[in-house]
Amino acid sequence: MNPANYLYLSALLFTIGAAGVLLRRNAIVVFMCVELMLNATNLAFVTFARMHGNYDGQIIAFFTMVVAAAEVVVGLSIIIAIFRARRTASVDDANLMKW
Amino acid sequence: MSMATDGMSGGVVLAEQLTRTSTGEAVQFWILGAIALIGALGTVFMKKAVHSALMLASTMLCLALFYMAQGAVFLGVVQIVVYTGAIMMLFLFVLMLVGVSSADSLKETLRGQRVAAVLAGLGFGILLVAGIANASLGNFAGYGGGTSPSGAAAPDEATRTAMDQSNVNGLAHLIFTKYVWAFEITSALLITAALGAMVLAHRERLKPRKTQRELAEARVRDNVNLAPMPAPGVYARHNAVDIPALLPDGSISELSVNATLRARGQVRDVSREPVHRVAELEESAEVWMEQRGEVPPARHEDEEGASGAADPGTGPGDGGPEAAPEDPDAAGTTHGDSVAAGAGSKESRS
Repeated sequence: MNPANYLYLSALLFTIGAAGVLLRRNAIVVFMCVELMLNATNLAFVTFARMHGNYDGQIIAFFTMVVAAAEVVVGLSIIIAIFRARRTASVDDANLMKW
Repeated sequence: MSMATDGMSGGVVLAEQLTRTSTGEAVQFWILGAIALIGALGTVFMKKAVHSALMLASTMLCLALFYMAQGAVFLGVVQIVVYTGAIMMLFLFVLMLVGVSSADSLKETLRGQRVAAVLAGLGFGILLVAGIANASLGNFAGYGGGTSPSGAAAPDEATRTAMDQSNVNGLAHLIFTKYVWAFEITSALLITAALGAMVLAHRERLKPRKTQRELAEARVRDNVNLAPMPAPGVYARHNAVDIPALLPDGSISELSVNATLRARGQVRDVSREPVHRVAELEESAEVWMEQRGEVPPARHEDEEGASGAADPGTGPGDGGPEAAPEDPDAAGTTHGDSVAAGAGSKESRS
């Protein structure tokens, strides 16, 4: 197996995540699809690190995880705030900035 | 350009350039890659958000194994601990908070959006894959001093020092030398995120909390449910909170069931269950009580009338020779004792 296959897998996962963001309307599922895209890029970073034979790619993937963790915390609390105001987690219903 | 040996199954080829991985890694890739893809597709297409979350967790676990197979041991562990352990559980937590039953509505609000999204996704995927296929990836250097693909810059001092060490030590070296500034910025990011989460999740109390006295007064003033709410039905066959209590006319009392269960439509109405079920139940209860050695209350009277002769028959064996009279007169006088003795001995037997 050519190790470049990891890159193809990463591309496929990223595509599925992007399509999910476009398709789904439950805000939490949309968020999970974003996480899937982040994970796919992490896989690409790790593969690139192996390709270049140094740890820089792994460091980038590590920082991506940190940023993703922070992003999840803020994003989920935004979803909870919206849910409190509208009693729904659908992205279609959050079409007003203030209500 | 040498083939990796099969003995290093799933491991990283250390010494030389590689264009091919070991067979073990290939097997792992094809199996786990399929699982990861199925998990990703399930994340998108599962109807319930909880199922999506579980599918995503399986994909993340597969990715963790890929990281380890590619030599990123630390990242693999972090992926399991942070992503599958913390982030996915946070997702599930919020899902439970928001309501598990909130399924997506399948009604399209924008016409043709779904088709357009699928087309865009397909086009994007084809573009990405074609891009990778056309890129001159070259050989993979691996982590054993193989040279990078052509065009890569020569490694700097920090990278060279890091590459002489193991994975965790090397990463630590890089984080605290070359990437120390990014690492410091990360701390600011985390503090901001924690603050943001607290601000967003905090809810200001607009009115003071009502005291117990005020609540009681309001209850009397409203005069709707002065007495406590009816308790959910506790029947012989059903002992659950989702069974509503029955009103005197046989209809169910909606008030007796929790509002959440009512909203979900999980109220079980057993008021119209056939009566023969109840008869069946009584019969089985009698059998059970007989096995326990207790006299069924419903049959107790009958036995007292008819068992004048039958009871002493059982009495002598259990109660001893002095409780074995032959004439019906004596049987009548000792009847209560022998029943008591029989019941006691049966109880001690069981």
